[in-house]
Amino acid sequence: MKVTKIKNGTVIDHIPAGKALSVLSLLELTGKEGYTIALVMNVKSRKLGIKDVVKVENLEINPNLLNRLALIAPEATINIIRDYKVYEKRKIALQDVVENILKCNNPTCISRQYNEPIISSFRVISKKPLKLKCNYCMRYLNESEVIEQIVERSKF
Amino acid sequence: MNWFNRDIITIENFSREELEHLFNIADKYMNIKFKDSLKGKIIANLFLEPSTRTRVSFEVAAKRLGAEVVNVTGEYASIKKGESLYDTLKMLDSYCDLIIIRSPIEGSAQFAADICEHPVINAGDGTLNHPTQAMIDLYTIKNTFNRLDKLNIGVYGDLKYGRAVVSFILAISKYDNKIYAISPEQLKIRNEIKDELLNKGVKIEEFTNLEHVISELDVLYVTRLQKERFVDLAEYERVRGSYKLDLKSLEKSKPNMIVMHPLPRVEELTYELDSTSKQAYFRQAKFGIPLRMAILSLIFGVEV
Repeated sequence: MKVTKIKNGTVIDHIPAGKALSVLSLLELTGKEGYTIALVMNVKSRKLGIKDVVKVENLEINPNLLNRLALIAPEATINIIRDYKVYEKRKIALQDVVENILKCNNPTCISRQYNEPIISSFRVISKKPLKLKCNYCMRYLNESEVIEQIVERSKF
Repeated sequence: MNWFNRDIITIENFSREELEHLFNIADKYMNIKFKDSLKGKIIANLFLEPSTRTRVSFEVAAKRLGAEVVNVTGEYASIKKGESLYDTLKMLDSYCDLIIIRSPIEGSAQFAADICEHPVINAGDGTLNHPTQAMIDLYTIKNTFNRLDKLNIGVYGDLKYGRAVVSFILAISKYDNKIYAISPEQLKIRNEIKDELLNKGVKIEEFTNLEHVISELDVLYVTRLQKERFVDLAEYERVRGSYKLDLKSLEKSKPNMIVMHPLPRVEELTYELDSTSKQAYFRQAKFGIPLRMAILSLIFGVEV
């Protein structure tokens, strides 16, 4: 299968196979924004064996949003394309604190109370395997729980 | 050492030196019935969960220092009508000089400290923290043994949901002690707490049978099965009665070992222990007053 080059936009390569939909979810791309999006899954890769690739035309994705990808695709490579050429390679890095993306699994955590003006906040305890700790109730969120939450959100 | 205007959210934020200073001040308050050093101050006691000792001892401590106390309880607060904790705290912060908060929701006290300008004291948030109880617990041990280290400390009972016992473990592990965590399998210390302790190099071992270790202990800290924290009441019924301390279970204990309990007790501690020399829980409860007087005066920066 051949996916054509994009003139301007963002290419996210080396996404672990099967995670492309989750990547779109993390980048808050629902398809309703009007951008042309190419999503290729299970492509052969020298680096990963098989991989997914996402191309978004006419959108240079905000670096803050890109850093979220480190939660599920830490080895992803990001190319910003201008006029068919790679204009910039962006690196992603998992920040020490992850805010407002994931929800705490503890239903009695203050960050889970629907009527409070509060955002979730986690400290990264370990990057590999991924382990986060809620800054309010101190409960852990492990890698499989993080993926579960992101996959759940990507079911659109 | 900085106690002035400070929030008290978790015992982990306090150094040994700061605690030592607190205990020295508490010693001075031991026999003081009344001072008016906090005259003109108004303290909010926001209790969204039942409490006898903590709420009353904070109120008595404040009144013994001449402060006024406003009690706001879950039953009668507008939270019952659906008002957010945020709005409730914003109001109290604008009316009062200090806010004491107890809530069944973990992280409430940190949230309160984040949004309030006045100091916030955590009087218990869900299964998480009860820092002032931990300070009282340390003070009780110091008062008994004249030291806080080189002791064998047993914690017995519901180590999973009990915030007092978890705060106590975090507090006593600041000193060089060996901790024996004794509980039924279903009520073992939560992993995030255990990891925290292991990362700090705390000597802690887990047991399911008190009988195997009772002869080694200097302190046995018993804790109630936290019925209100069980999501599944059938699970509560399964573990109910799975541990109990009576005279017989103390037969092999050291002569000067003490039994502590943050109270209230339900059925895990028999009344027959009350009249023995090992009973330290009423003393522990009593120390709530001088200790909390010391906390309030340090936060407000007044002299004894």
